[in-house]
Amino acid sequence: MTEWRHWFSEQRGTLLAIGIFAAMFLIYSTNHPAGFSVNMVQTAANKATLLAFVAMAQAIVVITAGIDLSVGMILTLTNCLASWIVVGTATETALGVIGVLGAGLLCGMINGAIVIFGRLQPIVTTIATGAMYYGIALFLRPNPGGAVNETLADALTGRLFGVLPTSLVALAVTALVIWVPYSRSVIGRAAFATGSSEIAAFMSGAPIRAAKFTAYTLAGLLSAIGGLFLTFFSYTGEAAYASGNAYTLFSIAAVVLGGVSLMGGRGSAIGAIFGALAFRTIGDLLFVFDFDPLWQPLFQGLVLMLAVSIGAFGLVRVRNRLEWFG
Amino acid sequence: MSEATATRPVPRGIAMLRRLDPAVAASFGCILLLLLVGSLYSRSFLSPEYLLQQLKVASFLGVIATGMMLVILLGQIDLSVPWVVTTGAMMACAVASHGTAGVILAIPCGILCGAAIGVVNGIGVAYLRIPSMIITLATNAVAQGLMVAYTGGFSPQDSASKAMRYLATGTVVPGLPNAVLAWAVIGGAAIWLLSRTTFGRAIYAIGNRERAAYLSGIDTRRVTMLAFALSGGLSAFGGVLLAGYASKAAQSMGDAYLLPSIAAVVLGGTHILGGRGSYLGTVAGVVLITLLQSILSVMQISEAGRQLIYGAVIILMLLIYGRQKT
Repeated sequence: MTEWRHWFSEQRGTLLAIGIFAAMFLIYSTNHPAGFSVNMVQTAANKATLLAFVAMAQAIVVITAGIDLSVGMILTLTNCLASWIVVGTATETALGVIGVLGAGLLCGMINGAIVIFGRLQPIVTTIATGAMYYGIALFLRPNPGGAVNETLADALTGRLFGVLPTSLVALAVTALVIWVPYSRSVIGRAAFATGSSEIAAFMSGAPIRAAKFTAYTLAGLLSAIGGLFLTFFSYTGEAAYASGNAYTLFSIAAVVLGGVSLMGGRGSAIGAIFGALAFRTIGDLLFVFDFDPLWQPLFQGLVLMLAVSIGAFGLVRVRNRLEWFG
Repeated sequence: MSEATATRPVPRGIAMLRRLDPAVAASFGCILLLLLVGSLYSRSFLSPEYLLQQLKVASFLGVIATGMMLVILLGQIDLSVPWVVTTGAMMACAVASHGTAGVILAIPCGILCGAAIGVVNGIGVAYLRIPSMIITLATNAVAQGLMVAYTGGFSPQDSASKAMRYLATGTVVPGLPNAVLAWAVIGGAAIWLLSRTTFGRAIYAIGNRERAAYLSGIDTRRVTMLAFALSGGLSAFGGVLLAGYASKAAQSMGDAYLLPSIAAVVLGGTHILGGRGSYLGTVAGVVLITLLQSILSVMQISEAGRQLIYGAVIILMLLIYGRQKT
């Protein structure tokens, strides 16, 4: 019984995110002009998985009480890189995919190394490295263009057995292969411990540095997977500053919606995935209800603001005012 | 902290030296180095006209960084700068197109709009205890949404009023651009505010430890809210100046000011976790960043290279003197 309660309190954010997503998706699909269909799910899934990958990346870093403001730029960079190297024969494509993922891994490692060994604040570090990654992206693709192995792209954006969107399957597989082992490993537990209290984690001998480094590295890798999928959807590479920034911003929104505490130590990447899916669905709701697309940014902003204000209700329960100041 | 103990009767010169932050000294050193490098590259780099022009360009960033500094001193951050700058500029231009009354009210209106967004940020951070990074991102999204809905997604047709243009490009004192004068006035006010008023002392106190500040009788929530309101107003004023400089407002005019304003404050030796820093350092940081941008564009390095070098230089400088104490 008590174990069940612990599990519930740990997963409350994730469950809430799943609930929000389910409610939003229900409203969305019942009001969709074409009705609930495999096609509709596929389109929605393809749009949402990109954000879900980036949100996973952000969640892993946020759990260690850090933040990665360069995820969007890593996505842009890997998108530009993929539009060069993920082409040609099967072997070349495979090597290209490995190269793209390696580049993301490297970006994440650079972030991690600067934050841990350089002892700089994550916010400033990742803003600055983000500028650098964008510079490299611009160097790779001064103008939008390039190509991608279309067989692979179509395979990964199409449907499995005619029903399941492949992108969703890829997302689930990524979560299973990366998040589940990570969160159960010693390093992953150390990441949670570091996020709740770095001093306590240090005192109990948790590998703090390794945990943080792994978190930033995985964030780079997951953003690169996002960049790869962006290339598969768009067939091109583009160094778009605004869209890179938007992915960073939305990833934080998705993480908050997904019940990951920004103070660190609480939440899961699964929650962040559902947060991302919910956030995308909210954005699409407007189209379903036939609003002017011009109002979409305002609507998304207001939803974001509402979502972050919900946490404030906890203040009512505070007995001692000093707890306000954490 | 040296500022707090400076009331003892010490000879002025020694007190000044003792107060001099190594970070501030280092950034002034970097400015001299940049000037040296620039003068090796081009003879006209040290001419008074060029330097004055640089100072004028720096004054826009200076005004915005002043607000950012107040917030960073609290241990918070204001990520809503991009669209607050744009909102200030667009609203001022919009009001200016409504007859004589509009022309008179244009500048105050722009600033008030920014301050209003700042108040929302402040309420979120101070009273609802939402992490500043999140609430300012949300208000940034809302401000963007409002402006996109208002302009229809295009740059507005309204142009800046004569007063705005005069404020940004005219000269009252011969040889000294008004924009620089405006920055000097705001800078002077900021120095006075931070070192001579209870409000300024309270900001440092909250940045050091909000709990202790609260227990010593400071209304920390009101101070935090006011600081955010000031930051919003100053960002909007920066936008008004920019609109006057370019004689109209544009969609993404504020995007280029978020990273530089944070970088300027941090390079100037203000601690990103709050509680420590001097305005002189921020001035040095602003001049440093403006010179760096200018040198990179004089050398005709492509946008890609500029972003890359810019990010790398900021990280390098921070690694040299901005490391956290462990």
